[in-house]
Amino acid sequence: MAFRSILFKETNEAAKTSEEEPAFFGDLNLDQFVSKITSDFQEYDLATFYYSQLPDLDSILYRQEVVRDLENQSVLASIKSFAGQMRLMRQRLEQGKKAFYKYAIQKGFLTAVDIYCSAVERLALDICARALESTGMRAFRGYLANYVSSPHFRGLVNEISNLKTSLAKIQYCLLLRGDAVTVRIPEDESDYSIAVEDTFEKFRREPDQRYRVTVREIDPVNHIQAQVLEGIAKFDPGTFDALDAFCSSRVDFIDSTISRFDREIQFYLAFLNYVGKLRGAGLKFTLPTLSTTSKEVNAQETFDLVLAGKLLDEKAAVVCNDFSLSGAERILVVSGPNHGGKTTFARTFGQLHYLAVLGLPVPGRNVQLFKFDQLFTHFEREEDISSLRGKLQDDLLRIHEILLHATSQSIVIMNEIFSSTTLQDAIFLGKKVVDQLSTLDVLCVCVTFLDELASFDEKTVSFVSTVDPINPAVRTFKLERKSADGLAYALAIAEKHRVTYDLLMERIKG
Amino acid sequence: MKTLLMHPDRPFDAQFPLPWGEPQLTQDLELNTLLDAMADGDRFVYEVSRAALFSGFQNDVSTILYRQEVISDCLANPDQIRALYTLTVEATDNTKRMWWDLSSQYPDSVLFGAISLLEFLRNSLRKLRQLAEGAGDQFRSRAFLALFAMLRNELGDEYLATIDQYLNDMKFRNGTLLTAELGENNEGTNYTLARPPKREPNWFRRILTKASPGYTFRLDPRDEGGARIVGSIRQRGICRVAITLAQSAGHVLNFFKALKTELAFYIGSLNLHQKLSGKQEPACLPVPAPSTERKHRFTGLYDVCLALHLERRVVGNDANVKEKSAVVITGANQGGKSSFLRSIGLAQLMMQSGMFVGAESFEAELCPALFAHYKREEDATMKSGKLDEELARMSDIADHILPNSILLLNESFAATNEREGSEIATQIVGAMLEKRVKVFFVTHLYEFAHRFFTTRSDDGLFLRAERLPDGTRTFKLVEREPLETSYGEDLYREIFSDHQHSLLQTTDGSINPSRDRLGISGRSASNLSREHLGSDQSVAEAPTSENYPSHRGKEFAKIIETR
Repeated sequence: MAFRSILFKETNEAAKTSEEEPAFFGDLNLDQFVSKITSDFQEYDLATFYYSQLPDLDSILYRQEVVRDLENQSVLASIKSFAGQMRLMRQRLEQGKKAFYKYAIQKGFLTAVDIYCSAVERLALDICARALESTGMRAFRGYLANYVSSPHFRGLVNEISNLKTSLAKIQYCLLLRGDAVTVRIPEDESDYSIAVEDTFEKFRREPDQRYRVTVREIDPVNHIQAQVLEGIAKFDPGTFDALDAFCSSRVDFIDSTISRFDREIQFYLAFLNYVGKLRGAGLKFTLPTLSTTSKEVNAQETFDLVLAGKLLDEKAAVVCNDFSLSGAERILVVSGPNHGGKTTFARTFGQLHYLAVLGLPVPGRNVQLFKFDQLFTHFEREEDISSLRGKLQDDLLRIHEILLHATSQSIVIMNEIFSSTTLQDAIFLGKKVVDQLSTLDVLCVCVTFLDELASFDEKTVSFVSTVDPINPAVRTFKLERKSADGLAYALAIAEKHRVTYDLLMERIKG
Repeated sequence: MKTLLMHPDRPFDAQFPLPWGEPQLTQDLELNTLLDAMADGDRFVYEVSRAALFSGFQNDVSTILYRQEVISDCLANPDQIRALYTLTVEATDNTKRMWWDLSSQYPDSVLFGAISLLEFLRNSLRKLRQLAEGAGDQFRSRAFLALFAMLRNELGDEYLATIDQYLNDMKFRNGTLLTAELGENNEGTNYTLARPPKREPNWFRRILTKASPGYTFRLDPRDEGGARIVGSIRQRGICRVAITLAQSAGHVLNFFKALKTELAFYIGSLNLHQKLSGKQEPACLPVPAPSTERKHRFTGLYDVCLALHLERRVVGNDANVKEKSAVVITGANQGGKSSFLRSIGLAQLMMQSGMFVGAESFEAELCPALFAHYKREEDATMKSGKLDEELARMSDIADHILPNSILLLNESFAATNEREGSEIATQIVGAMLEKRVKVFFVTHLYEFAHRFFTTRSDDGLFLRAERLPDGTRTFKLVEREPLETSYGEDLYREIFSDHQHSLLQTTDGSINPSRDRLGISGRSASNLSREHLGSDQSVAEAPTSENYPSHRGKEFAKIIETR
């Protein structure tokens, strides 16, 4: 199979990549995530790759295979080192282009081509020795092997080697006297400081004192150097003629397929770089199983990967949660005390599904997910004064929009709906919406303060954020699958303050 | 080039960490008086002498004899030794300000600083060689013979001329010659100051092999940028040689510093010797013995610090301790006991550092450590009781003491009543002797002294401050069994007698300089009266030595056995 892209099984998929961030990115904090993981990868312009979900399971599998190959540390190290060299090559090329003098432009170009050739050869050597399983990486390996042994490439390598050797051999003398600078071939001069060192050696009793001197930094590329080079070229014309010829004949030395690989593979590296940090803290990531038919989903020890990154930076612990839906269950209703991890849980559910359709590993283990067609989120917004609509009205309009476009293959995540109206209204509207979602048979997470929604029908499953039984004021950020009765939490607080019925009966005398 | 005046095989370490107990020893032995006399105003001599005194515990007999040779040379040729030292002082002190340039971050300034420093030091080296050549046959010590030979050999005319050549070249009168290679941008790199090839002596061949004239271009006078670039290239070129020269100057300077350090102790010894001989006090080179032996034997041993304070000569003592490991000194107050104890400590430190000692003759074994435990003034903070404080210090000493150490006890354990104090003293001294620690104990604890005398006279030498029948003190110690009273009664009588007038003046510390400055007997009037009361009581309660019950001796033996 001819190799074209490490990201797309069919190359026409690339044409469909979206330039726009998906609407739910902000709600799921994926916008922060993408800018964070790509911050060290600016030059590759990777963000758009994260904006486009893959159309089918085959395309997802193509990427998952590549990820598995990259999980092999030695493969990953080879690719990273290659990428580093390609980056260096581009820098040298840029520096060379900015230079004003011919000698510097030429040397910059020579160095860049040299770095490129060594990087490609090194990578070819590295990955031919590795066991690769993915269709993508195996095809690339084949392509690279052909390229490296091609006469064109071999010629390039030889030419560079000859030029470097000749340049490195050049030594010269400079005599600076007044305004005169003389360049000449060296005779038998010796390093003066060695003579000085030897002479005073007999006095040495202890290690040399360390001196730190600075010399004014000057741009190494300047007109004086250019004149010196002219002088040197007069003594050694052969070397400099050959350099001229090389620079004019080798302008387009970078292979376009290799260049594309260099960019696209960064999509994985940027993500795996972040994953590596979290794994280092003991958190789990796995490649999920995806289904287009079964809506039974499952994940253990999963977490919000954006929050986890922040918590690790603050050296705080990350709390993992499990969820699963089986049989007819479709709607996760999340209730419980505030700041107990409910919103985080909703985000986690969304992040998992979206990463899965990018073909990437997801937080947790034993993860089974649904291959959705569209993902909708409805998170509470600041009141928009300019819209002239009330908040409740705004909520309803947005939910309406979602219900209009969602199919039975979609995922809907709703966070704190109807918090801006009376309890009675909220219960009424909430039941209406859940009823419609249930009828649509859509996968859904619904974060709410309404206990009534938790046991709405056979499709709803209740998850409750929990507290530490010993000190109820402490949140555990653990969510448990259990019935939503706000009392458990209230009782714990009451016991803490010794105002439960039993305790009050004991305490109150008489 | 090693200057080995202190050790035959290694340089002297003036930074040697002072041993534990140094502050106590300094205070109790009045070492500041000694060191001030040695230093004669030179702080450096003070510091080095102190290091030499306190590192003396590490010296073996051969090192001491090695230094004694040097001391003899110094005493025989003081002018030459002082000239040598003065030269090292000039070389090190006058160059201090030149280091300013060397702390610069610019190669030019560093080079300039290094050259001025080396120009100065080159002159010092030349003078040093002249001194070495002038030192004739009168030097006998291995150390000086080796030093002068080394200076003559290493600092020959040719060598000094090479240094002149470098210093001249570094002025770059014929321009700066660099070698270079091509770097990453084909720019020059690895600029190195080149030493031109040696001139072909044959002029004809010189023409034949003459280097190519090369390619020369000139800077436009208005091209300031170009001048900066050439300047920068030059700076890069001289960078390494500037640092190397600065480091070399540092090494030469350190050589002078080392020589100064090795000489400083001997200058201190010379200073002290001059002061003592000015007072007609004797000084002798002692005879050291290995630490396992027991050899204290001396004549005319006196307290050097007291001698430095007094106009008149001080009284020296004679004794032969032989193989005994304890010396118990009793007797009259102000009879020279404390002074004697100090003379023992001072002689030990001075001998072990390789110096002469204040005596007509002195012979003793070396000790790995010397400790002093002196009665202290009442703790002003009242945090701990006095005996408590004393025993805490003794506990600290016990943490550090080694076999064959010397322990100087001055009126220790007197903070409690005599019976308890004696019991403590018996136990502590007993233990020290078991551990082969040599003890010199000045004490008024009669019960202890007597017990010791009756039960362990083989281990102990008993000295007593002499008091003539008329009550006058000779300040001389004589070998006598311990006496019960310390003649506090004498003091009492003197203080409250017709002579009251003169003694009151001394007790308030304003007239007698020895009291005031040495603090040996700077006791307050109230202390004196307490002592007087103490002795009064002992006269009233305790039996005299003649009718002291003999079972006391058995008691002592029992205590030793049961421990």
